[in-house]
Amino acid sequence: MWRAQRRHGREGPPPLTEAATPQPALAVEHLSKAFDGRIVVNDVSFSLEPGEIVGLVGLNGAGKTTTINMILGVLAPSSGSVTIAGLDLADHREAALGVVNFSAVYAPLPGNLTVAQNLRIFGMIYDVPNLTDRIGEMIDMFDLARYRDTRCGLLSSGEQTRVSLAKALLNKPRLLLLDEPTASIDPSTADTIRGHIRDYAAREKGAVLWTSHNMYEVAAVCTRMMLLSRGRILIEGDPRTLPTEHGAASLEDLFIGLSREPDERASS
Amino acid sequence: MKMRRIGAIVLRQIYLLRGSPTRVLPLFAWIAIDVMLWGFITRYLNAIASPGFDFVPAMLGAVLLWDFLSRVMQGVTMAFFEDVWSRNFLGIFASPLSRAEYVSGLVLTGIGTSLVGLAVMIALASSAFGLSFLSYGPAIIPALLVLFLFGIALGVAGSAMVLRLGPAAEWLIWPLPAVLSPFASVFYPISTLPVWMQPISLALPPSYVFESLRAITNGGHANYTDLTFALTLSLGYLVAAAAFFAHVYRVCVRTGLIARYSAESVS
Repeated sequence: MWRAQRRHGREGPPPLTEAATPQPALAVEHLSKAFDGRIVVNDVSFSLEPGEIVGLVGLNGAGKTTTINMILGVLAPSSGSVTIAGLDLADHREAALGVVNFSAVYAPLPGNLTVAQNLRIFGMIYDVPNLTDRIGEMIDMFDLARYRDTRCGLLSSGEQTRVSLAKALLNKPRLLLLDEPTASIDPSTADTIRGHIRDYAAREKGAVLWTSHNMYEVAAVCTRMMLLSRGRILIEGDPRTLPTEHGAASLEDLFIGLSREPDERASS
Repeated sequence: MKMRRIGAIVLRQIYLLRGSPTRVLPLFAWIAIDVMLWGFITRYLNAIASPGFDFVPAMLGAVLLWDFLSRVMQGVTMAFFEDVWSRNFLGIFASPLSRAEYVSGLVLTGIGTSLVGLAVMIALASSAFGLSFLSYGPAIIPALLVLFLFGIALGVAGSAMVLRLGPAAEWLIWPLPAVLSPFASVFYPISTLPVWMQPISLALPPSYVFESLRAITNGGHANYTDLTFALTLSLGYLVAAAAFFAHVYRVCVRTGLIARYSAESVS
């Protein structure tokens, strides 16, 4: 608390407009996690600037979700630190998580509550001002008006994902974590959602960490991407220029090549 | 602590109760059954026993007060289990909601639901069997407070156990009051218990409540020193239960249990 107050003179992050030098929305430094001696995330460091959309890609089990869980404060790192909008997560959990939100396929909203009820409860938890109006905006943005009073458990997986995204944007987060947000959505709706997220990042200057296995999506949405393999960041850069820089025909070829490389090194 | 966040946990339970008769019914159904069952038993005992002793406050009162403690505990754990059943831990624990706000929300929910049960219990027991809690005199106030605080402590500790051991552990939590009841001297004095059980009984705040209420029904007086001690003991258990929940939460964050809760991987 003392460190943040010294920095900002109060609890909580400063508004973006006030900061002389904008704080990174997220700064991850030397983050590692081991389970029973098995290293899952290994000395990972990166940062996200306000308004930036960064892709985090990698094979299943590469450490993406573990990294996201550590940023969300539900998993303690073995070493390293997570700083959100200038607030150290370990020391200022509530204030830091107040400016974060997330959507993940493995974290659906309670199916026994309606769309409007879920948004109201999470809006209260995130202390969203003018909550009724904000819920209306989110319902309009994600085309959920006809499901407002439907229990989430009765919605299709694509509709549930849209509700989860509506919840994720309720508090206009400074940092938005999206774990495969379009995985169960039809191409047309996925395209609309990508547009909403891009608009959000541009308008609200919110940073977005986006995990996906869809390389087309990463190239279309992200201004920067990181490829995680066996808990380490192998490469980082602009997804549109990375393939050429590494002599690959496409981003997908680069992904496949680099993801297999450690195995080939291990077997040789 | 923000009241709005605590209110969110309470509001969630109100939404669930409003939309689900299967959640509303247990708030008073089991209590009503207990009132009927034990009411008739005490009526029968009054008919066959020698006149002068009234079994209604001695037995029916004791059963219902123990029921009250159970309902308080279940009110807290039920609200917690809603997050277990709907796999909502990530949504709750990856939010700015603090542990204290979350547990306060569970406790407030437990207070609300147990008060419904208490009201039904008083109405039924007095109208059908003439039991009035007022017959215990002013001692009923600290007695209810002790049972209430100890019920909350059990609920918080039970929730922590389920958080640590996984969803299936809820079946260890439901029978907790039944497991404790032989030690809590609900129907008999502590001196009836074998020597090895008596220290356990003396460590349980409800024992002092039932000893005092039994003294009143036998024509004596409540022991307010014991009731004050029981109140202090209950507060101690509540603080210990909150500390246990905080400890379990920290263990779960360190080991990753919250993120992979459904795997029930105790480590």
